[in-house]
Amino acid sequence: MAKLIKNGRIVSDDWQIVLLGEDGRAEDLALPAGKVIVPLSVWQAQREPIAARQGEIAVWLDGSDDPAQIVADLAALPLVAIRFPKFTDGRGYSSAALLRTRYGYTGELRAIGEVLRDQFQAFTRCGFDALQPAQDRYTDEQLERALASLGDFSAPYQRSVTETEPLFRRQQRGLAA
Amino acid sequence: MYRYDAYDQRNVDERVAQFRDQTHRYLAGELSEDEYRPLRLQNGLYIQRQAPMLRIAIPYGNLSSTQLRKLAAITRKYDKGYGHFSTRQNLQLNWPALENVPEILAELATVQMHAIQTSGNCIRNVTSDPFAGVAGDEIIDPRPWCEILRQWSSFHPEFTHLPRKFKIAVNGAEHDRAVIQAHDIGLDLVKNAEGAIGFRVLVGGGLGRTPVIGKEISPFVPWQHLLTYCESILRVYNRHGRRDNLYKARIKILVNALGIEEFRRQVEEEWIHHKDGPGTLTVDEVHRIADHFDDPAYATLPADDLGFEQKRVENKPFAAWVKRNVRSHKQPGYAAVVLSLKKTGVAPGDITAEQMDLVADWADAHAFGELRVTHEQNLVLADVKKSDLFALWQKARDAGLATPNIGLLTDIICCPGGDFCNLANAKSIPIAEAIQRRFDDLDYLYDIGELELNISGCMNACGHHHVGHIGVLGVDKNGSEWYQVTIGGDQGNDAAIGKVIGRAFAAAEMPDVIAKLIETYIDNRHEDERFVDTVRRIGLDPFKTRVYGEQQTQRKVVNG
Repeated sequence: MAKLIKNGRIVSDDWQIVLLGEDGRAEDLALPAGKVIVPLSVWQAQREPIAARQGEIAVWLDGSDDPAQIVADLAALPLVAIRFPKFTDGRGYSSAALLRTRYGYTGELRAIGEVLRDQFQAFTRCGFDALQPAQDRYTDEQLERALASLGDFSAPYQRSVTETEPLFRRQQRGLAA
Repeated sequence: MYRYDAYDQRNVDERVAQFRDQTHRYLAGELSEDEYRPLRLQNGLYIQRQAPMLRIAIPYGNLSSTQLRKLAAITRKYDKGYGHFSTRQNLQLNWPALENVPEILAELATVQMHAIQTSGNCIRNVTSDPFAGVAGDEIIDPRPWCEILRQWSSFHPEFTHLPRKFKIAVNGAEHDRAVIQAHDIGLDLVKNAEGAIGFRVLVGGGLGRTPVIGKEISPFVPWQHLLTYCESILRVYNRHGRRDNLYKARIKILVNALGIEEFRRQVEEEWIHHKDGPGTLTVDEVHRIADHFDDPAYATLPADDLGFEQKRVENKPFAAWVKRNVRSHKQPGYAAVVLSLKKTGVAPGDITAEQMDLVADWADAHAFGELRVTHEQNLVLADVKKSDLFALWQKARDAGLATPNIGLLTDIICCPGGDFCNLANAKSIPIAEAIQRRFDDLDYLYDIGELELNISGCMNACGHHHVGHIGVLGVDKNGSEWYQVTIGGDQGNDAAIGKVIGRAFAAAEMPDVIAKLIETYIDNRHEDERFVDTVRRIGLDPFKTRVYGEQQTQRKVVNG
């Protein structure tokens, strides 16, 4: 069972993330039993078998995948994941914000791949409610401590998915430091 | 200048706590080198040739005397008693110990300072006109808008890992002194036909490996929409900028690849969703911030000060300093003073802790306790009574800060180069010094007139060599240091990228090369023509012939 942070608490679940090997063809990939998160290409190539297992199959997007491609599927998806191939690849932040604000997605939005605690607050502010660091990256104890990173900044300046208005609209500003 | 409210203070304090914890985890082995790197960079901390380097943010170049005294104290306590002002109006310390950096940041936070986003692939410190608020040609004061951008860009969650660094500059005057055409976003404050304030927005300018002049993406974005428009540009860039090649990751490459029309279309399409949304600026917020930049309590003075005029007539060195280092001011009886950090024998932009303390004292005594840093790596006391100028000049002269060379050949813009920087291919400071020594005759310097000489130690172009009237670029050829020369570059309204004159030179040749370029100018110039004007009029050939022609002749002789 993978450990992850969901809505600010540590939980485990049995979603399995499926990657497509370099030579793998999306239409040929055998879907394992149980709850699986498949790449967008597989989601698009195997619509019928996937439809037969509704609620068990979710999709993950890569940085280069346009979230507009799954807009029609959002209502049927139990979970959407966005994969960070490297933690320095920041495209997924924009993808998450788009899913939440433009496409109205309200289900679970999970960050997978190189998910590090020093990005936790930026992830949640862009709309992720589930953060799944790579397995073995953190010990249980480290993950406990990492929860603190979710609150590094208590009064961010900008609007974001979690603060729908910028600080200057949320608060009376100008009180002396 | 802007003073923090409780929220600004909380943000920098929380940042200090966050970085303290990150550094602790790094030293404890919980964070890898690769994981720690972007975190430290976004707090200004590089690992350099000699030691770590810490780049402290000086937002749009504004500093108070209290802040400058704190910087002096920090350089004494944690460094070697001096600092280096950079071409991005920041201050760099060359010798701090990594484990002390959280403590340095904590000390900075006590005077409303930080090192947030002075490096890394994020939105960097916003830069602007060092004469903002006092220049006679100002249309709109850029400082409130810079502060609005500073707050918006600090820890923006969507843009913490952009493809590459992102620099924004703001100009509000007729003459651009912020080099907005060489920035990722250049903002030009303008009024439209109805008198409404807005921004002409340029995008995709930049120096570095591929120098590009920014292109106009919008002739007028009303002020209310500044942040949503920038956010739209940033989102298109974050999603589509190249991430496969470090050297092709800046927004200029994306804008060039798509073409400005297509890039504009994508930004406008994005903007539809943000425009008039909650990110729209309010009158109240703009007023709240603009109030911090109200004029200081100027005395009512006559335009001319008789004592000052008399000293100018009597004292030739003072008159020379006034001519080169003192600028006119919108307020009668006042002037803006440039303190030169370009004394021969001192690395351009360097300042000692003692000098910092002195400048802080002068700011308190003569300039309402404030000063500015210029991207040319000098300091400005922006509001000095003309009647105080002589006394200030005497103090500055005694402290080695009154070299009367602003805008002249020896007022060299220069990066730290191979003496300090890991990225550099070649040293730059010794080249600057050798040129300064060759041109130490003030009368000759004045005769040459306005000339911008910019030196970068590598193609990252921190020394802005592309936009120097003469640009010098350090290059590596088979492990030795060589220098490529460009002429005809310019910053400001007529910004242009200089052209390479030919093969590169050894360090020892550089003073002679510069001398030949200058001689060619003097032989060919028309009256009132600056070096760069002559280059534009007659082209590169006469300069090339002078520089290379003679050398080729000499070589033939040597070869016998």
